[in-house]
Order: sequence, then structure tokens, then C-alpha cells
Amino acid sequence: MAINHLAPEQTEQFADNIVGFARALRAAGMPVGPGAVIDAMSALQVIDIGNRADVFTTLEAIFVKRHEHALIFKQAFNLFFRASEEWKHMLDSVPLPDEAKKKPQAGSRRVQEAMSQPRMTETPQHQEQDLRLSVSDREILQKKDFAQMSAAEITEALRAIERMRLPQAELLTRRYLPDPRGLRLDLRRTLRASLRTGGDIIDIHRLGRIEKPAPIVALLDISGSMSEYTRLFLHFLHAIGDARKRVSVFLFGTRLTNVTRALRQRDPDEALASCSASVEDWAGGTRISASLHNFNKLWARRVLSQGAIVLLISDGLEREADSKLAFEMDRLHRSCRRLIWLNPLLRFGGFEAKAQGIKMMLPHVDEFRPVHNLSSIQELITTLSRPLPPHHRSLIRSAA
Amino acid sequence: MTSAANTSGANTSVVLPASVDAMLELLTSRGYLAERSLATVTYLSLRMGRPLFLEGEAGVGKTEIAKVLSAALGRKLIRLQCYEGLDVSSAVYEWNSAAQMIAIRMAEAAGDTDRDQLSSDIFADRYMIKRPLLQALEPDVAGPPVLLIDELDRADEAFEAYLLEILSDFQVTIPEFGTLKAPSPPIVIITSNRTREIHDALKRRCLYHWVDYPAAERELAIVKSRVPGISAKLSQQVVRFVQALRDQDFYKSPGVAETIDWATALSELDARSLTPQVVGDTLGALLKYQDDITRMQGDTLQKVLKDATSEN
Repeated sequence: MAINHLAPEQTEQFADNIVGFARALRAAGMPVGPGAVIDAMSALQVIDIGNRADVFTTLEAIFVKRHEHALIFKQAFNLFFRASEEWKHMLDSVPLPDEAKKKPQAGSRRVQEAMSQPRMTETPQHQEQDLRLSVSDREILQKKDFAQMSAAEITEALRAIERMRLPQAELLTRRYLPDPRGLRLDLRRTLRASLRTGGDIIDIHRLGRIEKPAPIVALLDISGSMSEYTRLFLHFLHAIGDARKRVSVFLFGTRLTNVTRALRQRDPDEALASCSASVEDWAGGTRISASLHNFNKLWARRVLSQGAIVLLISDGLEREADSKLAFEMDRLHRSCRRLIWLNPLLRFGGFEAKAQGIKMMLPHVDEFRPVHNLSSIQELITTLSRPLPPHHRSLIRSAA
Repeated sequence: MTSAANTSGANTSVVLPASVDAMLELLTSRGYLAERSLATVTYLSLRMGRPLFLEGEAGVGKTEIAKVLSAALGRKLIRLQCYEGLDVSSAVYEWNSAAQMIAIRMAEAAGDTDRDQLSSDIFADRYMIKRPLLQALEPDVAGPPVLLIDELDRADEAFEAYLLEILSDFQVTIPEFGTLKAPSPPIVIITSNRTREIHDALKRRCLYHWVDYPAAERELAIVKSRVPGISAKLSQQVVRFVQALRDQDFYKSPGVAETIDWATALSELDARSLTPQVVGDTLGALLKYQDDITRMQGDTLQKVLKDATSEN
């Protein structure tokens, strides 16, 4: 057995080294728990630590749990173990969580607001306030374009959005659960129950198919012309994401960013803040075709596999509108259950699809809807709660 | 850390490799030409008794390693192919209700009315139909089996959560029966094509490794060992061609499995070297999407082909 028995003082130094390395990885943004550190110690005892490549693979297998982190790990490893005699020095230079460096917490604005003006908490006063918003005011708010709202109106709209709940559009799964009206006989429970009566079957137990909401995948355009709508729509996605677990959100401008994890934080402000922190090109240009290509290639097979509904939020104003855009749209359309395009340009009464990009995209969507005010979001909810059409037809349809 | 697996099956099975090099040798002896990093994590997973979680594109040899490992170590291979809707009754165990029914009727006919007795009789081992996961926990004369949980990303989250208990404690709780625990843990290999993300909780219990496409040299060695009749020239061209394809922006790049398929196809057709004609006829062995095949027509094909065949 080639177990390396290190001298005690060596082991201690080694342990420090690993702990320091784990800390460095954490500082670099990788989720490394204490369990992993213990694993790493015991793993290093069964391999030959003289072989750098093996040590690398070993630590990688333990610390890296997603392929995306492999690059960070590699760099950290090379940096950290470049000069192992200097490890102590390195260890000192690894920053500990620094309270001072943290940027202001996302919720702080709301806290300040709450302190400065006594209003709008879960008190009777709050209801009074709500009531004061007259019926006609509300109607105006419903119809008002997001881009033209004042700050106060946006706050009001956000509250309305937070209250929105998506009815659970159901998908039948292939799993079963006890259901008195189910169609399948649950022999196991029937038999167990029959034992209570000495083997006579009195109650027949049944199983029904488990129903669950279809996953939703949202692709949001964050180019300059769209950013107002995108922000509010992100709030909507955050609100529905709480109740239904499977909501994936991607932002695209000049590149595509997956913000699903960032959006999963409980507090909406915090979630949005970490969303925009993970995007580099907020309110820049758009490259719809390239972003869709990236989505189709890297993510479509991962997030669309279980009958997902895709919400594409974009104005479709693409400069490089060519056959590539049509091709990517067609591919996206064929790999999801339903493709809904939400376009704020539809707010204009006499909207016509004249822009080249829109003409390219339009043949490949199942639905084309506006998304510029509260009532259009309400209507979207109604659409989503309708029963879904049977699974996709167009796999056999030729590419347009 | 002497693993339990090492001692329990010592009588019949092959002794577990004692170093990364030995592991590499063991895999090579069975025709699996692994990268050193893959051999390292496999070795670690055996020594630490931890499941090995392999992720990577389809066709890079993730499933194959489980098969090779079971053959090389002389262990039984138990395979659980995952799919959406996989549940406990098809993955772990199921009661043979028909047989239980008969047993109850027999007991009645014999005038047996003791309910407790009846209940313990019919929820006994012999009425239980064991599915892969339960089989993998049972002791085996050749040593703990190799459990392959294939394409876990196809199963749904509920099943993944169920696996947590099995993978960390190697035990299953059956309400009517009690808890069954493996005397020594099986060698577990989990594969995923990343059609969906697997939860971190499950990954944390495993050693994680991303299996990449092999480098040209290794792929050449793989082709030579898996397609024995192939000429040196052709195999070199094949590998160069495939490696060039992986640089292209395809929807689905060809994996090693496709390379082997293609090399076999070409060798069956008695091809001496790659020509536009023979490549065009057999491209379906490599590329599995019509869009990708269309893209490979004309100039692109000419260029890749020229690069692949030039240096000979």
C-alpha cells in the first residue's frame, strides 16, 4: 500500500495548506464546504503527493462540482501551489471576509425608506393607503406603460407584481401518487390494508399520475431600449419563481448570461442586484441571433428537456437580421413545448412587423404578445394557465 | 484508510489496484485507454469508498468505464438506466402482490387467522422483487458489485433526492421490512450528459470528474485498439478529421464512440484513405443532426478533408 505517512509536523503544515487553498477558492467564488476540506485531506493520504498532476486531479475531483468552475480551480491551483515553500506567505495574503469591503446591502434602500416615512407596512395603515388608491387610479396604473411610470408608480406596480401568482399549468408526469380517483390500482397499499381485516379486501387503493407545473425558461433582452421592461419583468419572474421551482432565466445583450441562481435569492431587491452584478453588458447593444445560438448550443438541451415553456422578451430589433436568426429561432421553437414572444413594441396600436429581425422571428413563435404594462402581464398569466397543447408537433416539420 | 471493499471480496475477486499507475494498467489491460486524471479519480473513488460522478458530452466513455471496471475487478455489474418517471418500484424494490395474494388465500384455506403472523409471512424476503439499487446493496461472493447509475440527468429531481440516502449510507428503508444496509458499499459510478443540472447535495457526496474528448494521440490509440483491422494511414486520417470536426461549431460534436463507429464503417467498406465520396457516404456515423451534416457539405468538407489527409 502506497499510503504516505507524513511526519506529524508535515501533516500539520499540509493541513494548513489545504485549508488555505480552500479559503482561496472560496474567495474566488467557488462553493467549498468544510466537508470538502476533510475529504481532500483523506484523499491526499491515498495518493502519491509527489505527483503534481495527481494532486491536481484529486483536489479537482473534490472541490469542483460543476464544470464551469474547472477553469477557476486550475488558475487557483497553479497560483497557490507554485511556490509551496511560500505557502505561509500566501496564506496570509488570502483575504478573510471583509465587512468593510462589502457593498451596501440590496435591501438597504427599502430599510431607509421604511425608517424615514412611517407607511406601507403590514399595518391597518397600509390598507388605508391602498384604499386611497381609487378604482380609476388603479385602472390607469394597469394600463400605463412601464417606461412612462414615475418612481412612485413603479413602486406601486412592483407591489402589484409581487402579488401575482401563476396558476399551476399542469403537466402530467410519469410518476404516481396515492389518489382515490386515480386509474391505476395500488396493489401494495390495498394489500397492506387487507391485512387489517385478515386478508379480505374491503378498500381498493388507487394511484393517480403526479401533475406538476411545466418549467418556464425566460430569455430577456437587456439592450438599452428594453431595460425598463426587463427590470420589471425580472420582478415578475422572481415572484413566480418562489412558488414554482423550475424557472430558468437568461439575460442577453451582446452575450448570454444565466442568472437563474442569482434570481433565486429570497429578497427581490437582493436577487435583482445580484442579477445585474452578474451581467456585464446591461443596457448595451443586442445580438439576438448570436445569443440564441449560444442558448441553443449550451443550454437548450439542459433546461428545455421537460416540456418547458419559453418566454422570449425582446423588441426584435436586430441589426444583423439574416437567415441565421431565422435558423436559431426555428431550432428554439422546435426544442420547446411552447414559444411565447413578448414584445413591448406591440403597445403601439398600429404596430406592423416591418423590421427585418421581427419578420425573421415571427414565423417561429406560437404566440406574440405585448408586455408593457400590468394588464399585459395579467393577460400573460391567463395564457400560461390555459391547458397546454399536446407535445410538440414540429419536430417533423422542415426548417423554414 | 483501508477500505472495506478491499478485504471482503478478497477470496475470488481481483485485488484493488494500489496506486494510480496500477489503476491505469488495470484499465489498459481491458482495452480502456484512460487519461491519467480519469484513472486518478477512479482509484480515489475505490480507495475512499465514494461514488464517482462523471459528467461529459455523450460518447466520451463514461458508461464504458463502469463496464470495464466490473470486468477487470471480477465484480458483478448492476446497471440502473435512468428515465423520467423512474420510481422506487422500478429502481429499488417491489412486492410481488400476486404471490402475496395467493399466500393470503392459502392461509385462509388452512384456517390460519393470526393476523400478525400473516403479515410477517407475506412481507418476507421471498415476496420481494429486488430492483438494481437493492441488488447492489446485497453481499456478493465476488465482492461488492459495480453499480452504474446511468444518465442520472434523465431522472427527475424526486428520484435524485431519494438517492441521497442510498449514496451516503448505502442503506434502504422499507416500511414493511426495516432498513437494509450493505455489508460493504458497492462501487458506484454515476453518469450524466448534463441535459439538466444535478443538485449540489448529490454531487457533494461524490467525487466529480469532467470527462473530456481525448487528445489526438490517445484517440488514435483507442481507434487502433478497438478497430484492429484498420490501416495506420486511415486511422490517422480518421482521428485528424474527427478532431477537426470538434473545433467546428456543431450542435452535437462527435464523441469517441462515433469515431470508433466511423472507423469501423470505413474499415468494413475497405476504404484505404478518406475521399470526398466515402466521407459523404458515411458521415451519418459521425454527425447525428441534419443541420450539422448540411453544414459539412461543400467547401467546409473539402477544407477539413484536405487538412486531415495532407500530411501523409
